[in-house]
Amino acid sequence: MSAPGLSDASRPAIGRGFRLQWESAQNAWVLLYPEGMIKLNVSAGEILKRCNGVATIGQITAELEQAFSTTGLKTDVMAFVAMARDKQWLALP
Amino acid sequence: MSGGAPPARPGPPLWLLLELTYRCPLHCVFCYNPTDFARSGPELDTPQWLEVLRQARALGAVQLGLSGGEPLLRDDLETLVAQAHRLGYYVNLITSGVGLTEPRIRALKQAGLDHIQLSFQDSTRQMNDFLSSTRTFELKSRVAALIKQHEYPMVLNVVLHRLNIDHVGEILEMAERMGADYVELANTQFYGWAWHNRQHLMPTRAQVERAEEVTRRHRERAARPMRIFFVVPDYFERRPKACMNGLGSIFLTVTPDGIALPCHAARMLPGLEFPNVTSASLEHIWFDSAAFNHFRGDAWMKEPCRSCPERARDFGGCRCQAFLLTGDAANADPVCDLSPHHRLVTEAVARAERLPAAERPPPAAAEIPLIFRSPANSSKLFP
Repeated sequence: MSAPGLSDASRPAIGRGFRLQWESAQNAWVLLYPEGMIKLNVSAGEILKRCNGVATIGQITAELEQAFSTTGLKTDVMAFVAMARDKQWLALP
Repeated sequence: MSGGAPPARPGPPLWLLLELTYRCPLHCVFCYNPTDFARSGPELDTPQWLEVLRQARALGAVQLGLSGGEPLLRDDLETLVAQAHRLGYYVNLITSGVGLTEPRIRALKQAGLDHIQLSFQDSTRQMNDFLSSTRTFELKSRVAALIKQHEYPMVLNVVLHRLNIDHVGEILEMAERMGADYVELANTQFYGWAWHNRQHLMPTRAQVERAEEVTRRHRERAARPMRIFFVVPDYFERRPKACMNGLGSIFLTVTPDGIALPCHAARMLPGLEFPNVTSASLEHIWFDSAAFNHFRGDAWMKEPCRSCPERARDFGGCRCQAFLLTGDAANADPVCDLSPHHRLVTEAVARAERLPAAERPPPAAAEIPLIFRSPANSSKLFP
């Protein structure tokens, strides 16, 4: 599966005006933005914390597959990055 | 189905609003600050605010609003922002812009300020200055440019009411010219000074509908993605808002003199002893104080809320509105058309329909009892 403008080589970064942060009180990664907050589920947090503008989607996928001892995550990662880009949580420099 | 469930242990106070001062260079007729602010105690000092920041963060607070009054009147604002940033808050400054000079915005940015929300009273100098009883329009326009220049998202907040709601089109054009990213068109909610001035500020239904239509058309033809939030005035709804997501569930305010509140208007609620942060820990206040537990869960509810299937969605609406309109904070918010007091809301709207149209400011403020927010007027109202 692929989304327009996205490929294995894309290097997503957290979007301008958003801040990703681990909150122990909520036991979750959260995205903070002006006067608001999104509490992320585990997989969203695991993907977003790797989106540093340096790692490619390919590398992020490989890392996740290794961390969770699994394979075939690429479709899910791609779909999430596309959704997060639409919401401006992620930017693709 | 019946109410009466004991409150579950609440989660953390995710949202912390610090009203650093009641002092303000503006005198807005719709301010939600208490009308008796002139008789409040002394402002917390810098170490006390730093301690509030530390304790709230330890409880899990993460979104921080710095407000007032005008928070820029605190000359320790940069110190508080820096500490908040170090602690991991997302720091929002809610300001009139008065006092936001180039050196200060630079220092605030360096201290880690994340976001600035700038208020405007109207789109023209005449109305902005009239409604705030100051000469601040040009200053605010300069501040808007500074905010852009320092690469903050440009978030404008304009409180709408009878006297300016017909200017929504011009307000949106002004926002476009300033390069705003977000515009919040927040219809006045009637607390504090706005409650006192309610008759002057209540729009007609036709005004609200026209403003919504203008906003909708603007969204359709806008050249660039400026997001517009139009907050409908409560009095024109038939179901109440889920105020504060239920008192004591996620929101914690501290007043300039250190009183902890579950909502910025709650100071008025009778019979509740809201604790002061200088004499109790925030942990105790949030989890254990009687005042914060009072409106948690649904055991406090009366009919029709108590047996209402919607009570888990709106928590009976706003306690302050219930108190102001009916005299009992445990009643259903009269905005709800299931409330036996709903006519108090519809009658207030009907009264607005009978008043002459308010196209421009009255010729002389002295001729009408529209009360501007000021320490002098506060003392006059509460000698």
